[in-house]
Amino acid sequence: MSQIQIDITKEHCPMTFVKTKIALAKLDKGDRLEVLVTEGEPLENIPKSATEQGFNVLEVSHVAGNVHKILIEK
Amino acid sequence: MSDNTKTKKLSIISFSGDFDKLVAAFTLASGSAAVNYEVNIFFTFWGLNAVKKKRGRTFLGKGFLARFFGFLMGGINNVPLSRLNFGGASPKLMTYMMRKRNVATLNELVEAAIALNVNLYACEMSMHILGLTKDDFIPEVKGVLGVATFLELSEGGDKLFI
Repeated sequence: MSQIQIDITKEHCPMTFVKTKIALAKLDKGDRLEVLVTEGEPLENIPKSATEQGFNVLEVSHVAGNVHKILIEK
Repeated sequence: MSDNTKTKKLSIISFSGDFDKLVAAFTLASGSAAVNYEVNIFFTFWGLNAVKKKRGRTFLGKGFLARFFGFLMGGINNVPLSRLNFGGASPKLMTYMMRKRNVATLNELVEAAIALNVNLYACEMSMHILGLTKDDFIPEVKGVLGVATFLELSEGGDKLFI
């Protein structure tokens, strides 16, 4: 079981979703992905899209300023 | 049937081949694939320039006129902006601005679409007019289709003409 982190706070649509999807595809069962996102579309839609794809969204928490952390488990 | 159980599918007809419209098509395609849509892009007429193996201007195709057109159209490196093209300078300026503002460029969007398994198809009729064969396209082009097969593939999803 491992955990990887990606920071998409500097990315814009559609690469926010593209980079998250590519990182999610690398997970094995039980692995976790931590995604740092900014407020707005990525924060609203990444947890929703991950859930729809069968992943567990364990945590969505505020980090600092407009940066948030989404923790996803396969 | 609830919305969650519906097959989410987007099929794009990429006709124009303009730089900005290709950016729109590949943004929608890669973004949709990233949120688990099945995505098809059907390249026809000018749109075919985006998936040619030769990225620049070459005398591609069978027959004098086809080769002449092939040279004029070029590949993805020569696609024009739909407005204010200024002899091909604008797409280069636009790419520079996109990079500077950390927005994915057209080439990066194409790479993303391929990485996310977007299905790319070429139009049989346009290829016939332009004297092109499947070998003239990047290997990620999965097949050569006509209208009937495109309708079959896109059935039950959203369709866009760009």
